[in-house]
Amino acid sequence: MSAPETAAVEKPFALVGYVATPREIVAVCDALREEGYRCFDAHTPFPVHGLERAMGLPASPLPWITLGAAILGAASALLLQWWTSAVDYPLNIGGKPLFSLPAFIPVTFELTVLFAAIATFLGNWGLSRLPRYVHAVPRHTEFGRASDDLFFVSVEATDPRFDPVRTRNLLAQAGTRDIQEVSL
Amino acid sequence: MRENSALLEEIPGSRPPLVLGDADFHTVTEQVARIVEVKTPRPWVILLSAATTLLLLLVGSLSYLVGKGTGVWGLNHPVGWAWDITGFVFWIGIGHAGTLISAILFLFRQKWRTSINRAAEAMTLFAVAAALIYPAFHVGRIWFAYWLFPIPTQMSVWQNFRSPLLWDVFAVSTYGLVSALFWFTGMVPDLATLRDRAKSPIRRVVYGILCLGWRGSHRHWIHYERAYLILAGLSTPLVLSVHTIVSFDFAVSVIPGWHTTIFPPYFVAGAIFSGFAMVLTLMIPARRFFGLESLITRRHLENMAKVIMATGTMVGYAYGMEFFIAWYSGNPYEQFVFVNRAFGPYAWAYWTMVSCNVLIPQLFWFKAVRRSIAAIFVISLFVNVGMWFERFVIIVTSLHRDFLPTSWSYFRPTLVDVSTFAGTFGLFLTMFLLFLRYLPMVAMSEVKQVMPAASPHEGTVHARLGGAHVGA
Repeated sequence: MSAPETAAVEKPFALVGYVATPREIVAVCDALREEGYRCFDAHTPFPVHGLERAMGLPASPLPWITLGAAILGAASALLLQWWTSAVDYPLNIGGKPLFSLPAFIPVTFELTVLFAAIATFLGNWGLSRLPRYVHAVPRHTEFGRASDDLFFVSVEATDPRFDPVRTRNLLAQAGTRDIQEVSL
Repeated sequence: MRENSALLEEIPGSRPPLVLGDADFHTVTEQVARIVEVKTPRPWVILLSAATTLLLLLVGSLSYLVGKGTGVWGLNHPVGWAWDITGFVFWIGIGHAGTLISAILFLFRQKWRTSINRAAEAMTLFAVAAALIYPAFHVGRIWFAYWLFPIPTQMSVWQNFRSPLLWDVFAVSTYGLVSALFWFTGMVPDLATLRDRAKSPIRRVVYGILCLGWRGSHRHWIHYERAYLILAGLSTPLVLSVHTIVSFDFAVSVIPGWHTTIFPPYFVAGAIFSGFAMVLTLMIPARRFFGLESLITRRHLENMAKVIMATGTMVGYAYGMEFFIAWYSGNPYEQFVFVNRAFGPYAWAYWTMVSCNVLIPQLFWFKAVRRSIAAIFVISLFVNVGMWFERFVIIVTSLHRDFLPTSWSYFRPTLVDVSTFAGTFGLFLTMFLLFLRYLPMVAMSEVKQVMPAASPHEGTVHARLGGAHVGA
């Protein structure tokens, strides 16, 4: 395979190739990280453990979103129950205090969980910038198998170390097969 | 390949592999995705017709109820709650096994759950939908059902937040919504698989939209896995709280037979018990019909049989403890209710419940019974029946003989009671059959994770020693 002209006018979006096993995809990502690449990604049918280390990815900040929403949920629930039961429509039931905290715990708990779960759900897709229906990486002709049994790697052209030839060689040396240039 | 011959053998008990046969990742995709891709099987159409017929029965019964009022049910004074609330608790309880399998077993790292959790979660959602029919229509004037929620109205009246019935509204609606979010989140990578395999443009577009453009990026997986863990962590206390609050509907009242502190744990154990029975009732035919014996193995069935035996024993303990406390309390009304429950006019229902829930599941002590798929299926049917009777016994026997003998009566269901209950099965089965046909019924991406080949150490000595026992 002859290398394409390096003086190409338009840069592709990324170089995409695949390997067949979890072990190989970890090795490819290790190689890329060690060469100083940052804008690359792995696309796998299931989360391959150890890949976040190989790719040098930080932990997800999602738990903080959940925590914030949980506190908001608990506060909203208590506020709602206090305002409706003790301020706006005070109703004497069995002589119990108007703001009867023990009786308000179940609803407070449920709304805490509800807010936290909705925030986790939305936060998960938000942090991943999904839904996103148009992307260049799936243009690789074999990409349909990324959700089946192949492990893809993509190196984006925006990476400062990206070079159509050298990056391709590096990927090939690390064992990547069927390396294709993809663009939108 | 040599060691794979051992994987073809299925020996429950000796920690057999979770995925049988010479399976690689593609085999798993093929086995599961094929179910939604093949030509519509004829038996499925027949079953769906039966289910939708029952669903129409539900629509008819409920329309009649809305037109005439709740008097069309056999409720009387003092039995103001009967089949309606029995059906509600029955269905909510069934839903709980789905959450137990998907969330609690996930937190305990019980990897065997992966091949059954998707279907069990689907069962949860559909059971909650069936359950919600009852309180919604029992309000009578269903067009005012929004009064259950704290929405400002011209009446300037607010809900009573000290009432367990209102807690129930919040608990069940939160439960339904969170279960749906958890289920959908888990399904996204598998929907992407279906999109990638789609042959027709309609399928590609529909699954493509549903999977949100998922492309398996590891930058997404790190958020996704964290979200999955958090949702499991939230669902776990949620599921316990839901049935606790359902039991508060009874326990917070002062009716003898209901006013007991054992109710929350007793109801939760009963819910898990009945839910696992329903999972088995549904999955045993489904795995046979769709040829999923290598994914939903006899080990899975045996594990579920053990859970049924354990929770059935807990429920039996609760039955006994209720009697002990009734005697120990020295309260004559409490004592009367329990003697009346076991030897009164509803003794037939009580002893049906005890036989189905306490005695029959004890057969699972025998390994031969746990290994017989036919026996597991039959026992699961008994448990389903028994758990319906448990709720009926708790509700009706506590109500039908009030404090004064002038307020004694006997509850008999009307035809509408029966048709409504049968109809909820129609709703449940219709949704479950549609799920089996159009959505991935086994979590492919999760099953692949528990296969030995998924380890990055695959092929090393470490993997060969530990890989086959990955689910242990």
